[in-house]
Amino acid sequence: MKFKSKIFSMLMIAALGAFSLFFTNCSGDKTNADNQLEDTLSINDEFNKAKQVIYGIPSPIETAMLMKRAGAKFNQDYLNPLSNLTNYTTTRNMALNLGVYSADLSFASMFDQSQLSIKYLSATKKLADDLGILNAIDKSIITRMENNINNRDSVMEIISETFMNSNMFLKENDRGEIAAIILTGGWLEGLYIGVQIVKNTAQNKELMERIADQRLSLNTLISLLGEYKNDANVQAILPHMERLKKVFDKIQASSSKMEVVEKDGKNIITSTSEIKFTPEVFEELAAVITEIRSNIIK
Amino acid sequence: MKKIFVSAIIVIMAIAVSNVASAQCKNFAKKICKLELLPYVHDGIYNATVLSEGETAELYKTFYAGQEYRVTVCGDENLPPIQFQVLDAERNVLYDNKKHNYAKSWDFKLQSSKQLIISIQVQTSDELNDQILSGCVAVLVGFMNIENTFNQNK
Repeated sequence: MKFKSKIFSMLMIAALGAFSLFFTNCSGDKTNADNQLEDTLSINDEFNKAKQVIYGIPSPIETAMLMKRAGAKFNQDYLNPLSNLTNYTTTRNMALNLGVYSADLSFASMFDQSQLSIKYLSATKKLADDLGILNAIDKSIITRMENNINNRDSVMEIISETFMNSNMFLKENDRGEIAAIILTGGWLEGLYIGVQIVKNTAQNKELMERIADQRLSLNTLISLLGEYKNDANVQAILPHMERLKKVFDKIQASSSKMEVVEKDGKNIITSTSEIKFTPEVFEELAAVITEIRSNIIK
Repeated sequence: MKKIFVSAIIVIMAIAVSNVASAQCKNFAKKICKLELLPYVHDGIYNATVLSEGETAELYKTFYAGQEYRVTVCGDENLPPIQFQVLDAERNVLYDNKKHNYAKSWDFKLQSSKQLIISIQVQTSDELNDQILSGCVAVLVGFMNIENTFNQNK
């Protein structure tokens, strides 16, 4: 009887734990749903009935690809030196710089910097390990990277996989705010590298346009961070993003209605847009992103 | 007393099932849905969730000029078809997979960079069934790895 009662007590504790976990998740969903509604309204003044709103931020791989397409040239000086790796000891610094190093890794790989890519992959592994992101980047991935280092498609695939592993792990373990901070670090580094390339090379209209386009992603990024506005680390980052937004808001843009046309078997979403991105606004943006980035990597 | 005991067991089972569903969703996105993106390179962002029939989700994302994209939406095989629409910021429909036999993917490129909305809805089942079907739905974005064709001014 005593034994039965003990089992029953244990089951009750387990059940209470399960109940509390269940209700924590439910209230989390409710909070998210409320935030999503606010954020959705800020994006689009229309009531949104979607059960879930997902904010798609450009991953470091996509940003590196955009820069490459726009004619960027590689320069190692733009990257966060690996010697800074040991400076990152707080969760916020580790998460932001995991994003920074992921962007640097993508940039180096996109420009076929084999040995450097492996070094940056090792740096991202250390930060992922320190953040408790289990098995996102294990030894076998580094070996695969070494074995395929001359095949850019395989290297991009490996980087995409490591990014997805980290992303999945954090979301599945209710650490979405860390995933959002990592994306923020990666996005900031991509913007910083883009700005440095523009500053140090001859005029590149396409790259300037891609930098101006980042105003669209910044709005989405702020909405994503807004989902975790009660998190102290996110609270520390949001004012910097708002500061950047103030500069981006000085870019004047207008565009025509979108239409889909088929050309050579491809679907093209047509729409013309006019962007007024003055050298003064670019200089201001360059100064702000450089200051924010140097505070992150120090 | 017996009722409480049974309730406790049910709750524990429910939590266990939910965890299994979550792990299955992860594997589904990674091992099945990601293959639909080929030969496009996955951007590395994991967007997957468990949805029931009739439920919706929306992805807000900026797509960049000149880049060739593939959006893939796939659902668990037990689910009814998944409808997805690509909308502009004013919610005008640019693409609806329902008109294309619920195709899983749509490839496109843009003349100028835009924020688009990928709106997903699990259709309701036609079969008479007391149980509401639910399962994993993943939305993945890939881009074409094309060599640089832009002539930079030197």
